[in-house]
Amino acid sequence: MTRPDLTQIAEFIVGDVQADRMVPPTGITARLTLLSAAAMAFLAVFALALSVATGRMADRWGDELARSSTLRISAPADQIDAQTQAALRVLEQTPGVASARALSDEEQRALLEPWFGPDLPVETLPIPQLIEVTETPDGYDAQGLRLRLSAEVPGAVLDDHTRWRRPLVDAASRLRLLGWVSILLIFGTMAAMITLAANAALAANAQVIAVLRLVGARDSYIAKAFVRRYTLRTLGGAAVGVAVGIAAILLLPSAQTAGGFLTGLGFGGAGWLLPLVIPPLAALVAFVATHMAAARTLRDLP
Amino acid sequence: MIELDNVAMSYGGGELLSEISLQLAPGSFHFLTGPSGAGKTTFLKLCYAALMPTAGQVRLFGTDVRTMDRDDIALARRRIGVVHQDVQFLDHLPVADNVALPLTVSGRDTLDESVNLRELLSWVGLKARADALPPELSGGERQRAALARAVIMSPDVILADEPTGNIDWEMSQRLLQLLVELNRMGKTIMIATHDLNLIRAAKGQVQARVLRIAGRRLQLAGADL
Repeated sequence: MTRPDLTQIAEFIVGDVQADRMVPPTGITARLTLLSAAAMAFLAVFALALSVATGRMADRWGDELARSSTLRISAPADQIDAQTQAALRVLEQTPGVASARALSDEEQRALLEPWFGPDLPVETLPIPQLIEVTETPDGYDAQGLRLRLSAEVPGAVLDDHTRWRRPLVDAASRLRLLGWVSILLIFGTMAAMITLAANAALAANAQVIAVLRLVGARDSYIAKAFVRRYTLRTLGGAAVGVAVGIAAILLLPSAQTAGGFLTGLGFGGAGWLLPLVIPPLAALVAFVATHMAAARTLRDLP
Repeated sequence: MIELDNVAMSYGGGELLSEISLQLAPGSFHFLTGPSGAGKTTFLKLCYAALMPTAGQVRLFGTDVRTMDRDDIALARRRIGVVHQDVQFLDHLPVADNVALPLTVSGRDTLDESVNLRELLSWVGLKARADALPPELSGGERQRAALARAVIMSPDVILADEPTGNIDWEMSQRLLQLLVELNRMGKTIMIATHDLNLIRAAKGQVQARVLRIAGRRLQLAGADL
């Protein structure tokens, strides 16, 4: 940004006291504009948090879960050990597999505990043996591994997680898209509301505008009085809304890592600076909306 | 200063004015008369570009109004003082600020002009009312405040539409006196009025020409008064 731009912005914010006095102060429109700007900014904070959080979730599911898969071996009790050994041998020879490990009975019991309770006699049940497979970053050829396993270990079923992971990643991406669409809609609605408020103010001040035109005021002079007012009001309202929104997110109970699904609706690190973009952006929207409304109204006046 | 060349003006279906030609010379004093509804106000609006002619040409200070953009018109109005029939002010600002309004909107420093402003207010007899709000003024005070506002930029032309419309005779005389003084200072004056007594009163003091709008045309009506 060049220096003259900054000076212009500073002048705009400081304003022309004389020009400001030309338009009589309006109570109810001012408060409504402030309130709607605050409400919209508050909503924008949540939409932004949603987009950021789902983005994070999609990335994590896409990355971490893709690196691990599970091999399940269902076989008669007397063959299960032999088949497990055979499967581990196959896995060791498969390029792209970093490590493969058969889960111990205790680990399997822990996995089943939430469903069947701690007293389950695992030994007496025909529970399949699970093998945890960790992949290298390049991954392995799942189709080839399946073919080989079906020949050598008939009881093995490979679950590379893509089946259930893909719809979840899709859902997270879709949710992120919805978040961004919401932000767009919020700013669009804000523009519409400010345009309506500005139009109402311009109509209510028709006499003021007529007098100013009669004594030789330029359109830009008249427009500035309205534009400045609405831009600053929106900036102030949005700042309040963002502050309340951030406070509300800070007060949210943090999601448990084990719960995982919500991953915590919030921002991380530098992400907390992201909502601070909302007030200036709202002010920009207000500036453009009021400017267009004023230009349209003034064009039709003598 | 203001020239109309074969100008016609029509609203909707009917033509209100046609074949109007006139040149306002610097320092001239004109009365514009005619029955109400004849188009006096429309004529004045053509003179300060509040209306565009439907035919013919209006030139302000040598420029065709059709070629002027909105900023050009705003600048031209700083050289034309207008007093409306129903004068309007910024009702939330005191009289002094309203009178100084043309200075404010043209970016002139009102502090520099504060002496002028005070002189002007006492000239129109509103010194004591400088801090009053416009809605608190009487009809005569409003007309005088409007006149003060019209002349503060020291314009070349002053257009007044029924300036004595709703004030008593004594006040009308005073207002006329102010306009005559301005004319002596070299300003071009055009007053639309249907008050023939006012015109007679002016004729003793100033070389005034009387224009009459009748049958959509503009006629010189000096002789029959």
